[in-house]
Order: sequence, then C-alpha cells, then structure tokens
Amino acid sequence: MSARTSRLGLRTVALGYLAALLVAPVGMVFYRAFEHGFAAAWHAVTTPDALHAFWLTVLMVAIAVPANAVFGVGAALVIVRGRFRGRALLGALIDLPFAVSPVVVGLALILVYGRDGWLGGWLTDHGIRVIFSTPGIALATIFVSLPFVAREVVPVLREIGTDQEQAAHTLGASGWQTFWRVTLPAIRWGLAYGVILTTARALGEFGAVSVVSGKLAGQTQTLTLFVEDRFQSFDLTGAYAAAVVLAALAVAVIGVLTLLDRRRAP
Amino acid sequence: MSRGLAPARPAVAGALASAYLSLVVLLPLAAVAARATDGGVGAFWHAVTAPEGRAAIELTVALAAIVVVINALAGTLIAWVLVRDEFPGKRLVNAIIDLPFALPTIVAGLTLLALYGPKGPLGVDVAFTRVGVGLALLFVTLPFVVRSVQPVLMELDREAEEAAASLGARPLTVFRRIVLPSLRPAIASGCGLAFARALGEFGSVVLLSGNIPFRTEVASVFVFGRVESDDVHAAAAVSVVLLAVSLALLLGIGLATSWRDRRVR
Amino acid sequence: MAIEVHGVTKRFGEFTALDEVSLAVADGSLTALLGPSGGGKSTLLRVIAGLEEPDAGEVRIAGRSMDGVPPQRRGVGLVFQHYAPFRHMTVRDNVAFGLRVRKRPRDEVRARVTELLELVHLSGLADRYPAQLSGGQRQRMALARALAVEPRVLLLDEPFGALDARVRRELRDWLRRLHDEMHVTTIFVTHDQEEAMELAEQIVVVNEGRVEQAGRPADLYERPANPFVMSFVGPVNRLGETWVRPHDVELMRDPREGSVEALVDRVVRLGFEVRVALTLADGTSLSAQVTRAEVEDLELEEGQIVHVRSHRSTVFAA
Repeated sequence: MSARTSRLGLRTVALGYLAALLVAPVGMVFYRAFEHGFAAAWHAVTTPDALHAFWLTVLMVAIAVPANAVFGVGAALVIVRGRFRGRALLGALIDLPFAVSPVVVGLALILVYGRDGWLGGWLTDHGIRVIFSTPGIALATIFVSLPFVAREVVPVLREIGTDQEQAAHTLGASGWQTFWRVTLPAIRWGLAYGVILTTARALGEFGAVSVVSGKLAGQTQTLTLFVEDRFQSFDLTGAYAAAVVLAALAVAVIGVLTLLDRRRAP
Repeated sequence: MSRGLAPARPAVAGALASAYLSLVVLLPLAAVAARATDGGVGAFWHAVTAPEGRAAIELTVALAAIVVVINALAGTLIAWVLVRDEFPGKRLVNAIIDLPFALPTIVAGLTLLALYGPKGPLGVDVAFTRVGVGLALLFVTLPFVVRSVQPVLMELDREAEEAAASLGARPLTVFRRIVLPSLRPAIASGCGLAFARALGEFGSVVLLSGNIPFRTEVASVFVFGRVESDDVHAAAAVSVVLLAVSLALLLGIGLATSWRDRRVR
Repeated sequence: MAIEVHGVTKRFGEFTALDEVSLAVADGSLTALLGPSGGGKSTLLRVIAGLEEPDAGEVRIAGRSMDGVPPQRRGVGLVFQHYAPFRHMTVRDNVAFGLRVRKRPRDEVRARVTELLELVHLSGLADRYPAQLSGGQRQRMALARALAVEPRVLLLDEPFGALDARVRRELRDWLRRLHDEMHVTTIFVTHDQEEAMELAEQIVVVNEGRVEQAGRPADLYERPANPFVMSFVGPVNRLGETWVRPHDVELMRDPREGSVEALVDRVVRLGFEVRVALTLADGTSLSAQVTRAEVEDLELEEGQIVHVRSHRSTVFAA
C-alpha cells in the first residue's frame, strides 16, 4: 500500500465517521423541520408557547452572560494578580461546574433553594420562589456556564503581565482608569471568546433547567425544554423546527469563534 | 509589595468572587453530599447498591468506558487527518468538530433520533437501546480527544519521524514508536475529560434511552427519575458517586498535566 | 535635591534586594545606577517610582516624603525595560494616555502629542501600533509617553538593553542631547559601564543590594572605593594586594627601578590601541594596554621577555 492510498484511506475513515455521527444527523433535522414546507416550520416556532420559550431563553442568556462575565473577569484578576491565601483553591474550584452532571446541578439547587432546602424556608417566608420559577432556571444556567469566561481570561492575563498596568499607574491612571483603558482592552478577545462560549452553553442548557423548572408550558419552559415537550407530545414538526432554531444559533456560535480565533492569533 | 494591580481592592474582589461561587456552586453541591449521607453511611451505601441504582451506575461506567476507547481511536485519527492531511474544505471540517460543544444536548439527541430512530430513512432503529445511548455519548464527547491531540500533533518535531524513516522504519512503526509516545498524554487527558462528560451526560441521552430500568437507564436519567418521584435521598446518593468519580478524574488530569509541565521544563 | 533615598531596605521573602540604600540626585542631573544584573538596581528604580513599597527607609522627591504616595501622584515618568507599550493603542494614543487620564482638554492633548512625537522623531508613525515599530522606535515612543505628563523625574530601566549595538549608540547620543535640552532629572539603570561613563554626570554603583560607591564618572575610575567598583568600571589586573589598570602598565626593554620580568604571550592589535597579554615569573597573568607606536618602539613579539612596572596602582585597605 503506497503512502498516498493509506493517506486517502485514513481521510475517508475520519471524514466518514464525522459524516455519520455529526453531519448527517444534523442535516436530517434540518430536512425534517422543513419537510412539510417552510410555512409549517415557521408556524410551529411562532406559537405563543414557542415564542414564550424563546424569550425566556433569551432572558436567561441576558442574565447568565453578564453575571458570569463580571464574575469571570473579577475571578481571573484575583487568581492571576491577587495575593490572598486560597486564590489557588479558587482557581481549582471554578472548573467544578464542568465536573458536575446537569441533573446533579438541578438536584443540588433544589436542595438549597427548594421549598425544603437549606435556604428554602427563609426564601418562602420572604415570598421568594426560586425553584419551579424563573430565578431557579437562571441559577441553573449560571451554574453550568460559570467557568467559561474565567478560563479564557486567565491565560490572557498571565500572558500580558503587569507591565502595561504599572506603566498606566506611573502615568497617573487610577485603578479603574487602568482597568477600563488598559486591562480590559488587552483581554478583550479572550473575554469575547469566553462570552460566546457562555452564551452557547446558556442557550442550550437542558438537564439542570429541566430539573428546576417544573416545565410549565408558557411559563417556565425554555427553548430546549420546548423541544423535548414537542417531541414527547408527538409534534415532530414543532420539535424539529425549534431544534433547527437552536442548531442555527450553534452554527452561528461556531462561526463567531472561528473568526475570533483568527483575531486572537498574533 | 506591588500596589494597586487589581481594579478594586484585591481582597474585596476575592471575597466577592468566592461568595458568588459559594452561593451558586459550592453550597448546592455541599447540600447534595449532606443529603446523600444524612441517613448515615449505611443508608448511603444501601441507596447506591440498591439494584436499580447500581445497574444504572454500572451501565453508565461501562458505556463511558466503551465510548472513551472509540474516542481515543477516532479522535486521534481525526486530529491526524486535520493536521497532516490536506484536502479542500479542511477548515470547515475543523470548525465542525466543535459542533457538539455548541449544539444544545437535547438537539443532539433529536438529530440522532431523526437519522437513526424509528422513522429514520436508513431503516436502522437504535431508539431505546444501549447502542443508541452509546451513540449519543459518542456525539457529545467527540471534540475532547481531537482538541487535546491536535495542538500536540502540530508542535511535533517532524524531523524525528523523518530520521526514523531514513533508518528504515515503516510508516506504521514510525507512528507507533515515534509519534504515539508523544501523543499519549494528550490522548489520556482527552479521554479523561470525555469519560467525565459521558458519566454525567443527560440531555442527549434522555430521548434515546427510553428510561428502561436495568436496560437503558444511565445514572443521570436514574437521578432525574428519582427527583421526579421525590426519592431525593437515592438521587443524592447516586449523584455523589458521579460527582466523586468526575472530580477524581479532573483532579488527576490537572495533577498529571502540571507534573508533566514541570518535568518538561 | 530632586530625589533623596534614605536607608531603603526591600526584601522579597528570604532575598534582600535592597539593604539600607541611600543616595541623593541633584536637580536636572543625569544619574546612572550601574551594577551587575540581580544587584537591586531595577528594584531601587521601582521603589522610587512607587511600584514597590520599601520595608524600611524613605524616598523623598523634591523634598516631599513619598511614604504612602501611590505611583499615580509621584510625578515620576518611568520607561520600562521592555517599554510596556499599550499594545492595543496607536503610537499617538500611547503618548496621549497620561494626558487623557488627567482629562486635559482635547486641543491641548493633540498639540502636546504632536510636539512630543516630533521631539522623538516619530511624527510619521503616529497611527501605527507598537507591534509595527522597531525596538528603537518603541523605546522612543515609551520615552515620549513618559515625558508627556511633564514628570519631575524621569526613570529609565535598562533603556538600551533590548536594542542591538548600532541603535544603542545612536539612541545614547540622542538621549544625552535630549537631556541637555530638557533638563529633567533623570536616573537610568544599566549594567554597561561604558554606557554609564559616557552618559551620566553621576554614577551610583549598586551591587548585592548595596551602594558600593557614588560619584562622578572620573572619580569612580580614578579613586574607586573598593575592588568591586575598580573592576566594574574598567578592566583591571590584580597583583597580590595591588590593583593596576592595563593602561597603567609600562613595558620596557631594559630593567628599571621597580620593574620585573614578564613573558609576552600574545599581542592583539586593535588599530591605535594594542593589548598585550603577559605572564610574570611567578605565573601571574597580566594584561597591558599600549599604543601602536610603543609596540613598534619596543619591537614587541610574542615569546619575548620584557620588563614591566606600573605608573600607578591602587591598594585597598583590608
């Protein structure tokens, strides 16, 4: 067997595997969604429940992404630049959400914020409902997407060092001025990358949200839960159409990441 | 001591970050551990070894192990083709690898059902079978090995391979004796991450598994079912097992990586 | 005095970077901190700039104690060793930075930046990014950025360290002229004695966290306080307790009062200057620096026996 044929063989096996596992199934969803025409698909994703699910998902992204971006940048600064004891521990604990099954995330939140949870009594007394309500879905979304920004920003902060910030100080810039004018612009591509990953995860979270939401259509149903609900109710067109909306967002995310990769390259 | 390097006072920022992490992540996880053991170690053990829970854990570990082996082979092959081969559309294929990370898991499950489910065009039906669950796990864990092997392969010194070839080694020998030893740590760490992910995976599995106890019910689906039926103690107990295994894996990978970095330096 | 440092001590864990360092820098002067790397020069500069807080001692700038004064309010311009350019800003924005954070009027900022860019010969490159500049250009940008806020004191950390030899020499002359024009009190750190001798009005030799000697370049060369300074500011021969500079070694064909015999090992002709390597009867090596005329006069050849003595030598009290 010549080098050329073995190379072709390897290529065929690799691409065939990707086609069978990724491309064909995703393509099939697109086909199924539009099988009965574009109008049917459009109708399926513009029902009141679908629209509500879509906007609830957008709301979750709008809560989780800024919260985790602020936390991620702050935590990265503390981990890289801080000097207090336990910053190494903080660095290790930040990755914890990646090690936890989404279902366990949901269970964990119920055990703290649920009616019988550790803080449940106090919350109920103050008329705050977390589990089976929007705050619980938000907490679950924040939990699963928490590490991304910090993970992307930490290496960038390490790489740029402290010289630029110190130079800004000697030129008269205050701590905040230095942060806004020097540190933040220096980490912007890493931050953008982290924000995109956070967004993708927040859009697509299913397991954790599924446990804490109560899945009330038109109330606590996010877009991923809507997909499952439509599927279980044998409304395949609805399920596939909503899935296509999510898949299109995922493809957009990959497109943006690819562009950012090129910006980040020195 | 250097002054004023963080925007706010570093201690305050550290305290805020820790508080956020505690409220969202640490406190809830502690609650799971507490709930799992609040009946004593005996009750915890009983819950974990009860037939259905035990079967779920065993199935999960077995499937994760199989998936990891397939990933090690397929992932390394794909990384190899992406680094060493040239063909039109390579950049697009490279971008597609990340699709499982970006695609919501429920959509991943649905796509597999669309093609390999009861109404699929191919006439195969893996719905409600262990094969189906395994397929879902393969889908969501695909990027791990590829993405950890790829950069190592790019950095690899081609001269060592050329030297081996010039000494008469055949391509397969060159790969086994020269390339593979350098890739092994990256493959191992990719496999570790994939294993941890497979253990806890839920969204992509839920539609394919059919939740048949002792047949297709994996650990996450079991936990979900117990939460729904208000058997929180059993759910927490199995959760703790999942947590412990994933944590040990990620910790091991972290330690191995830092140990290797130090040795290379 | 523009800058006074009194008994400054700075430790990093077990390591003492500065050990009760004191020095004084006159208004408008150009001072070099000279010494081997790791000797504490850069740390001293950073203490003066306020980027490091001393464990003991005090820094005064223009008579005011800088205790607890942050770097922002010290009126100090610091040029970092690797220039620390703001990589996401153009040359113009880099230079304007200090004025903008002070919220100066837009017109004033523009005028001042234009003027500074002309001063450092970067007018044509104002819209480039630091990555598009050469090392020397980046250095001049960093200098303009530091000068923009009209610092009372200019601190330069190894200003020529990262540049190649030719650019180094050009920038050295240029910096000297700039200083003569602007008269801003300047301290620069260097490990290159030639650079210090050529540029500075005052040299402070720093080694192992201590000031070995401070003075005018000529004084340091002629009257070094100790063997370290003697050997650091120029080449030197050690003959037992006696230290002799190579140009103070006299070569003769015949014995004279106080002379000893030596074997010529090697003769290296560097144009006008000729370096001669010798070995004395007791096996000590010695190097001499003579002129080409002298070599011709002596008909010096390798393997020849000559007589040597010193014009002047130094003995340090133990």
